[in-house]
Amino acid sequence: MKCKTCGGKAVVNMRQHKLALCKDHYLEWIPEQTARFIKKYWMFGPDEKILVAVSGGKDSLSLWDILHRLGYNVAGMYIGLGIDEGIHYSDESRRLTEKFASERGLKLHIVDIEKEYGHSIPVLAEVSQRGHGRPCSVCGLAKRHEMNRIAHDLGYDVLATGHNLDDEAAVLFGNTLTWSKEYLLRQSPVLPEHDGLARKVKPLCRFYEKEMTAYAILSGIEYIYEECPFSVGSTSIYYKELLNQMENQRPGAKLTFYLNYLQAREEGLFAEDVTPTIQPLYNCPTCGQPTKYEGKCSFCRMMEKAG
Amino acid sequence: MTVKIILRGKEYEVKAGMNLLDALRKSGILPEGVIATRNGEMILEDEILVEGDVVRLVAVISGGSQ
Repeated sequence: MKCKTCGGKAVVNMRQHKLALCKDHYLEWIPEQTARFIKKYWMFGPDEKILVAVSGGKDSLSLWDILHRLGYNVAGMYIGLGIDEGIHYSDESRRLTEKFASERGLKLHIVDIEKEYGHSIPVLAEVSQRGHGRPCSVCGLAKRHEMNRIAHDLGYDVLATGHNLDDEAAVLFGNTLTWSKEYLLRQSPVLPEHDGLARKVKPLCRFYEKEMTAYAILSGIEYIYEECPFSVGSTSIYYKELLNQMENQRPGAKLTFYLNYLQAREEGLFAEDVTPTIQPLYNCPTCGQPTKYEGKCSFCRMMEKAG
Repeated sequence: MTVKIILRGKEYEVKAGMNLLDALRKSGILPEGVIATRNGEMILEDEILVEGDVVRLVAVISGGSQ
């Protein structure tokens, strides 16, 4: 297969775009497209301060790399979750994140959940009895809380995450199966800032997971290859596999699913008889962060339970 | 006349002479979920595999909380 741009040997073939590219042109194409999506969805401007949530995985490190290449004022934030499970998962992901930042001279903020709050994520999940034996919901809650706190405290304008199209399509698929109207209304490449919640953006939301893996490999980004031990067998992975089976038979199925959803949402398909997208928020009396209901936020209630 | 395919430590063997796409199908591996490398270089699905090739697959799916 030949590169559509130069006719050289292609290393990536994107069937949904009918586009094959060589290494050099692929490494140009991804940042160009990212810049296009940033503008298209009004994610942020050239003078804004961006904080990228990095996990040491291929998507977040690639996003950081791309935004840096595009010349944005961008720093990283790594949250140490204290997950070991015999493979030193958190230690290794932190090492790779620190290596990435130091090789490129980039600013990295590190929050260690255990040092900050006295318990690692697996322990928090156990003592708070949230998540039915899986720490994923506790992990998500803690990450959202900490990302917002750091973005706010350190004066960043926007919080960027490395969610790719497979992530977004899997979430959409799950919410469609259960007709979760509230979530179907909210899923978007941009969640605007309001009442103390930082603006959240997903600049990679239109790239397939396979494309981001290719970008990381071809850019020489060393990322944590091992799966989070707790995500094995998760629903999100199951949905991704199902969607990939469809994609295999119908190239572009995942992209169409997601893009048509965005268009339908914009046209108001989910807008009737549901709660408004943006609700006024309260301030948590303990941490001061915005919360949906009056009283302590979910994170502080969990920490209280954990003792 | 075999080609070795390795995914997360598991090995598969296919006949030389077929292309990567057929080799993946034969091994029951969904092409959408992997990137193939040979001698450290990424290869595409139309690549013909030859005797002695070792194809290492990089799994692309990750998951967890949003």
